[in-house]
Amino acid sequence: MESLSNKKKQIVVKPLNFWERAYLPAIVQGLSITMSHFFRKPVTIQYPEQKREFSENYRGLHSLKRDENGAERCTACGLCALSCPAEAITMTAAERQKGEEHLYREEKYAAVYEINMLRCIFCGLCEEACPKEAIYLDGDIIPSDYLRKDFIYGKDKLVEPPLNQ
Amino acid sequence: MELADIAIKFGLIIIIFLISLVVAMYSTYAERKIAAFFQDRVGPNRAGPFGILQPLADGAKMFMKEEIIPTNATPFLFIVGPSLAILTACIGSAVIPWGQNLVIGGRTIPLQVTDINVGILYIFGVVSLGVYGVMIGGWASNNKYSLLGAIRAASQNISYEISMGLSIIALLMVTGTLSLGEIAQQQHGWHWNVLYQPVGFLLFMICAFAETNRTPFDLPECETELVGGYHTEYSSMKLGFYLFAEYINMFISSAVMATLYWGGYNYPGMDWVTAHTGPAIGPLIGTAVFFAKIFLFIFFFMWVRWTIPRFRYDQLMDLGWKVLIPLAIANIVVTGIVITFFS
Amino acid sequence: MSTFYFIAFLSIFFSILVISAKNPVHSILYLILTFFTFTIHYILMNAQFLAIVNFIVYMGAILVLFLYTLMLINLNKESEPVKPFMVKIAAVFGGGILAVALVSSLKSLGVSDPVVLKNPELGLVKNLGKVLFNEFLLPFEVSSVLLLSAMVGAVLLATKDPKEPKATI
Repeated sequence: MESLSNKKKQIVVKPLNFWERAYLPAIVQGLSITMSHFFRKPVTIQYPEQKREFSENYRGLHSLKRDENGAERCTACGLCALSCPAEAITMTAAERQKGEEHLYREEKYAAVYEINMLRCIFCGLCEEACPKEAIYLDGDIIPSDYLRKDFIYGKDKLVEPPLNQ
Repeated sequence: MELADIAIKFGLIIIIFLISLVVAMYSTYAERKIAAFFQDRVGPNRAGPFGILQPLADGAKMFMKEEIIPTNATPFLFIVGPSLAILTACIGSAVIPWGQNLVIGGRTIPLQVTDINVGILYIFGVVSLGVYGVMIGGWASNNKYSLLGAIRAASQNISYEISMGLSIIALLMVTGTLSLGEIAQQQHGWHWNVLYQPVGFLLFMICAFAETNRTPFDLPECETELVGGYHTEYSSMKLGFYLFAEYINMFISSAVMATLYWGGYNYPGMDWVTAHTGPAIGPLIGTAVFFAKIFLFIFFFMWVRWTIPRFRYDQLMDLGWKVLIPLAIANIVVTGIVITFFS
Repeated sequence: MSTFYFIAFLSIFFSILVISAKNPVHSILYLILTFFTFTIHYILMNAQFLAIVNFIVYMGAILVLFLYTLMLINLNKESEPVKPFMVKIAAVFGGGILAVALVSSLKSLGVSDPVVLKNPELGLVKNLGKVLFNEFLLPFEVSSVLLLSAMVGAVLLATKDPKEPKATI
């Protein structure tokens, strides 16, 4: 039958000739190959000090954004928690008091906002679900830690630093 | 023997012992670094500059780890195994000539612990004894993988000892002596034995790879089939002893190869150098040359390890019995004919 | 001389342990120690070559093979056959007769003078080689041919019959 891709190749097993059976030329060839690698520049990127550039659509650590006045955008609607397939997000909503307008943009805000980084699969669905453009996965790689409880990131780690600082 | 002579001898033994330990220690570092270079990596570089303190960190780790003796193991033999392995690895260095006689202040100091007139056979015996450490440890672990590793080590060592002995016989026909000191002296200048015994050297080197259980002959500790081979059940410093013994063996067998075939401490133009530097410095330069040769061999061991994959077991036995032994016997015959008719 | 008695004591001690050890692997290990004391005996007699050959051939090769076989067949206490009572009696009886024969033959021996070697250097490689290749050349060569043929025979046994179909890899 005609092959579709014309890439089919019939392999013929030939008996080894004397030099192939002697094994030593093959060893010398192999040694020369490894030796050529010996002087090659290492491809290693020494991670904590050097970092490989992330691609544009890389999804890393989440950050809760602020608006142009420095107020938190999140309104604790819960859509991100709802859309999260790994159920990594929890939050507690609270009402904005008088005098807190510079802190929170809407009347309702997230008093507690926690993401369990051990559950999160970095799919980016929370980012897509957010109606207020408050959450983005634009951060770094999650650092390692010793205890499970240290992987539950609260607002202290998630919210962007204030603008004027 | 004077007291001073005894003191010098004692000092020499301790120095050689320390040197072989330090070389073995840094061989582990060199192995990791060289492996990294062959694979376009960087290798250990965190402990100290260029990772130079890595062996110390590894050693500390080995000492700190928990000692585990399996319930069904034979406790005494379980401990004897690694001890025997490192003991037999260390005593091989006694007969190796590390350099010419030093003359310091009218006193002649031989740089060889003892020049017994059966030096080669002594090395050979120590090597053949080395397998007991592996066998006893493997058996005492009471684990099928360890036992298989031990059995593989035994049959492999016995098989390759034969061709190793036969390749040495051809060398002895050329040198006419069993003493390593005399063999080293005969190769003065550039009269290295490898020029007269290239096939013998090749055979000896292949067998040395097999006797030290290095890749491509590391079937006793073959990870893909036997978990860890004979040291599957070992942990902490007992495992460290096994690994360390392998590196000391590598150092000693490199030294033996350099002495027997590559001229030992001899190098072209050594007379001129000794005449110009005096009898105290000249021999030390020879010793440095000897160590350079040893390190080249150690590098070669590692180079081969990171190039060639492991043999299958039947291939290993085929190579030992059907290729190396006939080749070694042919080498003896050819050497005999050449000696009879051309000298 | 005291070294000799100490080493001789050790050889006898270990050889008794060889036959009294319950575990066959242990008795092989004791046998290795026994052979090691033999090596020391040879060194004490200034027979360096014999010492080292004993070391290589017996300790390094033959006993490794013993150990190898014993490890493979895995003798346990459970698999040890229970010997009938009559066999035990017969064994004791036979051993007793052997002991009587040994003691009586020892009694008939006169105590000889301590053997003094005419040439204390006889055991060194050079002198041994001269003796072997001058006085005993023919038996030496014949035995070497015998050993070589045994080795070649082993290789021949291991090589496959070319007529047989090759195993597919």
